[in-house]
Amino acid sequence: MAIKSLLNLNRKKTKGVIVNSKNESSFPADLMTKCPSCRKIFLTKEIETNLKVCPNCDHHFKMTAWERIDSFLDVESFTPFDEHLRTTNPLNFPSYIEKVEADMKKTGLSEAVLTGSGTLKGEEVVVAVMDSHFRMGSMGSVVGEKITRAIEKATEMQVPFIIFTASGGARMQEGVISLMQMAKTSVALKRHSDEGLLFLSIMTDPTTGGVSASFASLGDLNIAEPKALIGFAGRRVIEQTVREKLPDDFQTAEFLLAHGQLDAIFHRKEMRDKVATIVKLHRKGGVTHV
Amino acid sequence: MSKPMSFEEPIIKLKEKIDELRELAKNADVDMSDEIKTLEERLRQLEIKIYSNMEPWNRVQVARNPERPTTLDYIKEIFTDFIELHGDRYYADDEAIVGGIAFFDGQPITVIGHQRGKATKENIRRNFGMPHPEGYRKALRLMKQAEKFRRPIICFIDTKGAYPGKAAEERGQSEAIAKNLFEMAGLKVPVISVVIGEGGSGGALALGVTNRIYMLENSTYSVISPEGAASILWKDASLAKQAAEAMKITAQDLKEMGIIDDIIPEVPGGAHRDPVSQAKILKEYLKKGLDQLTALSEEQIIQDRYDKFRKMGDFIEEIVQ
Ligand SMILES: [Zn+2]
Repeated sequence: MAIKSLLNLNRKKTKGVIVNSKNESSFPADLMTKCPSCRKIFLTKEIETNLKVCPNCDHHFKMTAWERIDSFLDVESFTPFDEHLRTTNPLNFPSYIEKVEADMKKTGLSEAVLTGSGTLKGEEVVVAVMDSHFRMGSMGSVVGEKITRAIEKATEMQVPFIIFTASGGARMQEGVISLMQMAKTSVALKRHSDEGLLFLSIMTDPTTGGVSASFASLGDLNIAEPKALIGFAGRRVIEQTVREKLPDDFQTAEFLLAHGQLDAIFHRKEMRDKVATIVKLHRKGGVTHV
Repeated sequence: MSKPMSFEEPIIKLKEKIDELRELAKNADVDMSDEIKTLEERLRQLEIKIYSNMEPWNRVQVARNPERPTTLDYIKEIFTDFIELHGDRYYADDEAIVGGIAFFDGQPITVIGHQRGKATKENIRRNFGMPHPEGYRKALRLMKQAEKFRRPIICFIDTKGAYPGKAAEERGQSEAIAKNLFEMAGLKVPVISVVIGEGGSGGALALGVTNRIYMLENSTYSVISPEGAASILWKDASLAKQAAEAMKITAQDLKEMGIIDDIIPEVPGGAHRDPVSQAKILKEYLKKGLDQLTALSEEQIIQDRYDKFRKMGDFIEEIVQ
């Protein structure tokens, strides 16, 4: 199926399409888009229909959660989970809820992750897609809970769990409760794994901090998109600590691959095909010994 | 005598005054015992007032006191026949984490903890208690070893965080922490963690997926340091005091949020005032925790840990029409 025709078909609600973060372009985002990598200017539509990949230099623009679902799963196969969970303000941070509500409006999402079940070339899977347009994709209680419930559902359904990560890490406004979401998601993944089920972690730009140091790194296969920023500590913090200039490719997907931290990097255009093949390779029915 | 912390100033001043008075009485040969008695009573009240009602930022200062007992100090007092075991078997021995085997009241156990140094030289060797991936991998190796021999595991948490360095990233700091969270979830033996100083973020949690979590009264556990939070929130790290309050990082806060099981009381003025007595108090809590957990089957131990972390979170389930 042509990828272009996939777009929008899975969408059950109308979503604003977000092409640029503020620093990526100063052009009217709805019409023209400047590639932050090669600086060429394109019709926004041209980039959108190209899976948000720069036609000139292959720069992977950040996708929204719904764009990811549309480009990855089979048409109209997606059923969302737990859209009714709402964020609270456990530490009473000033204007925290207002910020969350503003991002709900901006993205059409209930929180920084969209979870649900669907099919990938006919194979049943549970997916979670983080969206960095929502509070930088940071993980608070709702994100942790939605991911944990999705993992538990995958365990119950005995199907693979696939996550697309995009997150700056733990959500500071929820304090130590957000830290504990790292543990909560990890204990759920352990159960899923103990059942012999497949977990694929697909890291997109950016995947850092507490998300990088929990489920994002726990895939049976850890995969990334090209050039994605992936790391535990922030570049500036490291530079201040070690007092040396870090290489340009530091903490990129390519850097991680070279240092043995990733199984593979997949171009967005081959993501659906390759992941579907991996899922098929993990169908139950491996060698059984009598 | 350990160095005073800023919030202790009124106590120090009063103590100096009493000493002066004593000296004066001795030299001038006059009876000032009534005055001294009054001041001593005032000192007692002042100590109670200051130490029993400490602000979060004061607790941070106590938690960071260079003379605060470390993992090895507690190991020496609480366990017998401790043998330290080194190395992750892949790359190196990270001295920011120590671990080994010992007896706890005659019962073999594995004990692991972050280890900072007290003097500069030791601190450099131990990287100020901030581990690299090999530290977490050593910890995991020792935990799996404990599981094989059915030993309970005690973890002491005391770190500002995992080390933010180039080599740490190259060797997979994220993966090392994540793997510990994942593997600790499945341990078939009882595991208890105690935050004894600072519990800084993922670098602390990597020893913290345990059946019981205790915190010493003046320890902290947080997603980000008060300085880090202040510089993000108000672009000013000097507002750390305010951030320490806003972020709710004290043992009392975590108990209220239902994240930890118990607060272990400290000796007056903080654990550094009397490490031996402090270790005795800590030991009682470990004994109580282990007694509860050794009564459980392997399945129950894993379920107990799952249930503990599964319920962590604060959210609303909106009623769907
Ligand atoms: Zn480009």
